[in-house]
Amino acid sequence: MIHFDHVTVTYPDAVRAALTDVTFRVPEGELCLVIGPTGAGKSTLLKAACGLVPHFTGGLLEGRVVVEGRDTRDHPPRDLADVVGVVVQDPASGFVTDTVEEELAYAMEQLGIAPSVMRTRVEEVLDLLGLATLRSRPLADLSGGEQQRVAIGSVLTSQPRILVLDEPTSALDPAAAEDVLAALTRLVHDLGMTVLLAEHRLERVVQYADRVISIAADGTTVDGAPAAVLADSVVAPPIVELARLAAWHPVPLSVRDARRRAAPLRELLVGSKANRHPSAAGDQVVRKSPVRAAAPPITVLAARGVHVRYGRTHAVRGIDLTLSSGQVVALMGRNGSGKSSLLWALQGSGPRAAGQVLIVGPPGAAAKADPASMRPRDARLRVALVPQNPQDLLYLDTVAAECAAADAQIGAEPGTTRTLLDRLTTGVPDPAHPRDLSEGQRLALVLAIQLAARPRVLLLDEPTRGLDYAAKRHLAAALARHAAAGAAVLLSSHDVEFVAESAGRVLVIADGELVADGGVRDILVASPTFAPQVAKILHPVDLLTVDDVRRALAATR
Amino acid sequence: MTMHPLAWWVWALGLAVAATRTTNPAVIALILASVVLVVLARREDAPWARAFRGFLVLGGCIVAIRMLFYVVVGIKTAGAVLVDVPRVALPSWAVGVELFGPITLTGLLVALYGGLRLATLVVCFGAANALANPKRALRSLPPSLHQIGTAIVIAVSVTPQLATAAAGVRRAQRLRGHEPRGVRGLLSTAVPVLTDALSRSLALASSMDSRGYARPLTGRTDRRVSTLVVIALAAASMGTYGLLDGTSPRWLGVPVLAIGAAAAATASILAGRQVRRTRYRPDRWGSPELLVAGCGVVAAVLLVAATATDPAALDPSLSPLSWPQVPPVALLCAVVAAIPAARVFRRRAERGAT
Repeated sequence: MIHFDHVTVTYPDAVRAALTDVTFRVPEGELCLVIGPTGAGKSTLLKAACGLVPHFTGGLLEGRVVVEGRDTRDHPPRDLADVVGVVVQDPASGFVTDTVEEELAYAMEQLGIAPSVMRTRVEEVLDLLGLATLRSRPLADLSGGEQQRVAIGSVLTSQPRILVLDEPTSALDPAAAEDVLAALTRLVHDLGMTVLLAEHRLERVVQYADRVISIAADGTTVDGAPAAVLADSVVAPPIVELARLAAWHPVPLSVRDARRRAAPLRELLVGSKANRHPSAAGDQVVRKSPVRAAAPPITVLAARGVHVRYGRTHAVRGIDLTLSSGQVVALMGRNGSGKSSLLWALQGSGPRAAGQVLIVGPPGAAAKADPASMRPRDARLRVALVPQNPQDLLYLDTVAAECAAADAQIGAEPGTTRTLLDRLTTGVPDPAHPRDLSEGQRLALVLAIQLAARPRVLLLDEPTRGLDYAAKRHLAAALARHAAAGAAVLLSSHDVEFVAESAGRVLVIADGELVADGGVRDILVASPTFAPQVAKILHPVDLLTVDDVRRALAATR
Repeated sequence: MTMHPLAWWVWALGLAVAATRTTNPAVIALILASVVLVVLARREDAPWARAFRGFLVLGGCIVAIRMLFYVVVGIKTAGAVLVDVPRVALPSWAVGVELFGPITLTGLLVALYGGLRLATLVVCFGAANALANPKRALRSLPPSLHQIGTAIVIAVSVTPQLATAAAGVRRAQRLRGHEPRGVRGLLSTAVPVLTDALSRSLALASSMDSRGYARPLTGRTDRRVSTLVVIALAAASMGTYGLLDGTSPRWLGVPVLAIGAAAAATASILAGRQVRRTRYRPDRWGSPELLVAGCGVVAAVLLVAATATDPAALDPSLSPLSWPQVPPVALLCAVVAAIPAARVFRRRAERGAT
């Protein structure tokens, strides 16, 4: 169905080719997963498969790409619209119409499908993706996860033979991601649809893949059966990391397979853990803050009865919350449950209908105060927020200029922000334009700008979107350092593996109310949707990450 | 299924025509009240409907600016002087322009009435915008104009998007203690907003492209269409020339223009037949639509007829000054304009949903 023959793609003014001599063939009815570190060329490969490279993006494509017998050299994307459906990374940017129903029908209108057929297909897709209750809602008012489902639905209605999806689950909570992936596998199994899919959160998709194409940082690819490719891939989900640790061959890809192999490992770990079990909570603190805070923990943020309303929607309903210094806390919950609203309300610049937020000041002005009553430049010494779209904070044309402006804004010594940035990530050149950075580098830049003010409370809204495993590890380490320096970190995330790796405490909110608050082990292990892969494989041993297992194994020796 | 968007546009257009017929502030206030009542009763909870408040504010600004202009540079008519502001002497090259001067009640009222009338037009436009999604209205275009319609729709939606994006960027920049002020502040907001808008429109274009927008037809193109388009263009230029040049024969004017229009319409129909594009759930035109559009037309006809028969009836006298009267015909017009507010005239499906 999809056939790449010695394809090399070079963008104009690029130093090196985005893809180098790529050859592979995806037969009909396969779900093919494209993996690789950020910026390796996953999006380029997907765009080449649907003709957008080079017809739309420009650049030089050498070799041949043939899709269902049509060479993309002679067929621009619009001529492939009846065989290839494309879902882009940011679904909201691809919407043409205003309401859910019209968006689902748009592609069919372009293809001239009969009205009666359109009606039935729209109804089928509404049911398939659980969108029936949203059918006449304006697209702009939907939550991120709902928009993602509409974007997938809008290409399904024209019943293409091939689906190309760029990170379809990155904005979704674990349950919604499973729904979407279940729908995709049903299309592959029942209708013989071919799916080409790029994803960073491999733990979610790898078990459904029939084939994996791994792109290295230099644009070359390796393709083959998932277990073979993943066994020595740079990016690997926790299940594969665990398999490498335990020397399982071939690598298991689903939790079910891994559990069968894990019995000896479980026994070993249960033996080692039995005598230490009561002190699990204490062990937690040690794990999360390698550098112990010199001062005893104090309450840095105290919020009481926070309510947020937008018109008729009551997004946050009376949340009480305290954060202590040295804590990294994760805020979890469904799409649209009020996580972002709560973060903005705590920061002070978002709307807050009722309630009180008190945050301790910087050393020297330690009295607690409400950040909403302060000027932004004073408030950020107490609380800083890294929003969902971090690039909104950037407005200058080089990294160096951004760093200098950040130093000037807080009156810090020149170079403070740059030093912080170098500690977060390596290889960000000074003259680069912030827009040209990879997602991970851009997040690091914004984080450095916010950390330069040394806020007592750091809030992050979905920081892991678009980050590969290495970038997530850097981020987790940076958050742990900041917390150890006497601050509190509160991050909202759908990424259970990242939460397991970085947080010590988890808050779960549903419908604007706080429904659970406890240690990361108690909350994550107890929940079937939030449990990380390692916990599922090793249950009842309550270890969450591969690093935990490594440490526990070291203790047995 | 909601109301056909064109019904609301006809209704709003009718009220706008009615408003231009009068300077009587009482009549204009009645029309304005009808418009606001209908919008409040019938609008849905959607982004385009929420913009109505903005149109009301814009109307208020228009009235204020109109009066300010009268005070600063307006020609000061005779009448009862309210405040005697001294005239500012201007150099000789600016002869004919007056700065300030005595403010009279008559002059101020003229400015107020004129401003109110203009504001009502803007509010009528805003009402149509709030009640009928402008994008849906463009869906009623003939199929041959579909591509152009889509392009217009996207151009229309850019402005509100820029406004929301600008608000988002300013909010985000306050997070880093950056409070944009002055020209540099404007630049710091504009750069991310515009680069964002550019990448957003590229993303939209690529999405439309890969979903089959502007797909050429598989099959032959109709030669007759291009021939007809050439005839229509030639007839249009010749007809305009004939119409404007008094010495040319009469058949060169209106008749040639009519031939051109007919050729263009035929070409559009033929081209539309070739376009293999269908419409999902096209808006139906039924009795509720007829009623809503009819209300607007009747309101316009009432006031046009009233001014045609008695021009003075709808213009209150300013010299001597008198209180504006409300003639019965104006009251009737306002009542007719407000009829669509009644819930009875909703479509059955719509009633069921609320």
